[in-house]
Amino acid sequence: MIAQDSKTLLEVRGLCATVNAIEILKGIDLTVKSGEVHALMGPNGSGKSTFAKVLAGHAAYEITGGTVMFEGKNLFELAPEERARAGVFLAFQYPIEIPGVANSQFLRLTYNTVQAQRGKDELDPLEFDDFVREKMKLLEMNPDFLDRSVNEGFSGGEKKRNEILQMALLEPRLAILDETDSGLDIDALRVVANGVNQLATKDNAIMLVTHYQRLLNYIVPDFVHVMDAGRIIKTGGKELALELETRGYDWVGAEHEASARVTA
Amino acid sequence: MNIANSSGYLDRLLQGPPPLPASPLAWFNTLRAEAVDRVGVLSVPTTRDEGWRFTDISPLTKLSLQSVRTASSLRAADIERFYLAEAATRLVFVDGVYAPQLSSPANDGGVLVTNLSTAVTAHPAAIKPHLGRHIEFRNNIFAALNTAFLHDGALVIVPRNAAVAAPVHLLFIATQKEAASYPRCLVVAESGSAVTVIEDYIALQEEAYFTNAVTEIALADNAHVNHVRVQRDGGQAFHIANCAVSLAQASRYHSVSVALGARISRYDLNVLLAAEGAECTIDGLALIAERQLADSHTCIDHAKPHGVSRQLHKCIVGGAAHAVFNGKIMVRPGAQRTDSSQSSRNLLLTGKAQVDTTPQLEIFADDVKCAHGATVGQLDREELFYLQSRGLSDATARNLLTYAFGAEIIARIPVASLRHRLEQTVLEQTTRQP
Repeated sequence: MIAQDSKTLLEVRGLCATVNAIEILKGIDLTVKSGEVHALMGPNGSGKSTFAKVLAGHAAYEITGGTVMFEGKNLFELAPEERARAGVFLAFQYPIEIPGVANSQFLRLTYNTVQAQRGKDELDPLEFDDFVREKMKLLEMNPDFLDRSVNEGFSGGEKKRNEILQMALLEPRLAILDETDSGLDIDALRVVANGVNQLATKDNAIMLVTHYQRLLNYIVPDFVHVMDAGRIIKTGGKELALELETRGYDWVGAEHEASARVTA
Repeated sequence: MNIANSSGYLDRLLQGPPPLPASPLAWFNTLRAEAVDRVGVLSVPTTRDEGWRFTDISPLTKLSLQSVRTASSLRAADIERFYLAEAATRLVFVDGVYAPQLSSPANDGGVLVTNLSTAVTAHPAAIKPHLGRHIEFRNNIFAALNTAFLHDGALVIVPRNAAVAAPVHLLFIATQKEAASYPRCLVVAESGSAVTVIEDYIALQEEAYFTNAVTEIALADNAHVNHVRVQRDGGQAFHIANCAVSLAQASRYHSVSVALGARISRYDLNVLLAAEGAECTIDGLALIAERQLADSHTCIDHAKPHGVSRQLHKCIVGGAAHAVFNGKIMVRPGAQRTDSSQSSRNLLLTGKAQVDTTPQLEIFADDVKCAHGATVGQLDREELFYLQSRGLSDATARNLLTYAFGAEIIARIPVASLRHRLEQTVLEQTTRQP
């Protein structure tokens, strides 16, 4: 929700980034305030996922221009783990499987690491078990997933629930959900979306990266941004997503080009 | 090294004072004499020998070694921390010498767990068909040396249809520097029996010593043996071991071998599927760093039809360490419907770490399913990023992934307390890496 007393969490100005010397992001501007839900849409290859990974600090991308401030700090001076501790969270499009590490062990390690960095109390295995089981109810997850290896043999939907479970545990200020809806059937989508909605507060913000309007029926955005060729070319309200659903992306690109010609 | 040097070295090894006492059993003395003869003929392998191409053991020949004959004065309090809660029976050998005061054998008419020299006169019929019959000591200098020193050892005999729930713990402790010890184990699983045997090598000192072990395991029809082997010798130790396993019809052999210690270690495991429908799973993990070398040579010999073999061998190599794996799968003529798969997976943690992996298939039957593969890699960048994006430091992320790589093998150990202890060891060792 857009609130009067909201604080600016993320300030992106002219962000450019390359991977293997190919420019993917070509000048992104975006401001995200607390309490807001942003949807980042656009066709395949428009740079949405790259933008998400750059914010989380993936080393494959080189920042070639622009600035990103997160709660007043230069994000690029922080290592990925420092960003996580500061409150940036990325739910992965393809969560990594870690055979040999029990999910419960992994979740507790990340939780305690982040808690310690934030000067808060860590939980011992028994305390954590109670705590995480409560959070799992939010996502209607079977507690059996605690005993299995991290994401190993999880279905697509189970992996995504496990991502949102981590979001619930780490309580980020800015949660970036990269195609969290992909690979989910309609029931799983409803459960995951419901979980995300319950985690949204006036103090945090959520950025949904998605192809489809479908997710936005469940998590209603305050802003919808359309990305194309490494830029945000249009920003609107939630009705823009519906328009994209019926008209596709091409008209946005065409409109953008036309306006660019006029300005030129 | 030339032959003259090498035989001089062997002569010195054989001159251990005082001479071994003769056994009252003629066949026992004959076996030993034959091995002594073979030691006279064979030489210490060099890197010019195909099987030792990557493993230079010349530092071993420069040690002045003595075998130990005197009983240890260790007390239970010194070594209790190595005991396993699940193990009902335990045999302890200190520098190769049986330590009755530390052992808890079983000799009540069920499973027999005792030291060989005590049992050999009481149970010759059970021992004679197996002792020295499975290991190919005639062409293997280290197996020949061990057999030449054959006097005592660990003996496990599981009677027909007996299922021994509690694992048998064979604990070999190194306490003296420059000691040469010749551990010997014989496990006989009679038909339909089941047992778990843990062969465990530890050290209470960090100076150089030499362990030269031989283990023979015979499985009769429908027997089931779990064999866990943990080598956590001292950092300057030399550990050379040969194990021969023979499987009769529809028997099952599962082994997990873990190599953590020793400056140079070499383990040769030969599994013979000698009758139809035999099954084996042999898994291995080497976790080494600094200048360690760990060499594992395995051979699974499918001699008869309908055999199944599975093998997963992993190496985690840090520092300037060097891991060697050579895994041969042999399918003999007529061993139809053999189903075999082998995987060698290797993780290099530093630029100076090295691994040589050689899977070998020799197939002489036409209706078989054999799969094998080898991978050598570093930690995956995407996996590291995933963990870092959850707040874990680069070092913690690396440790966790390294641990996970090894934990897959550790998890296959069917003894919970040993599994937990090794998980802890692996975690500590990965934290220390590279």
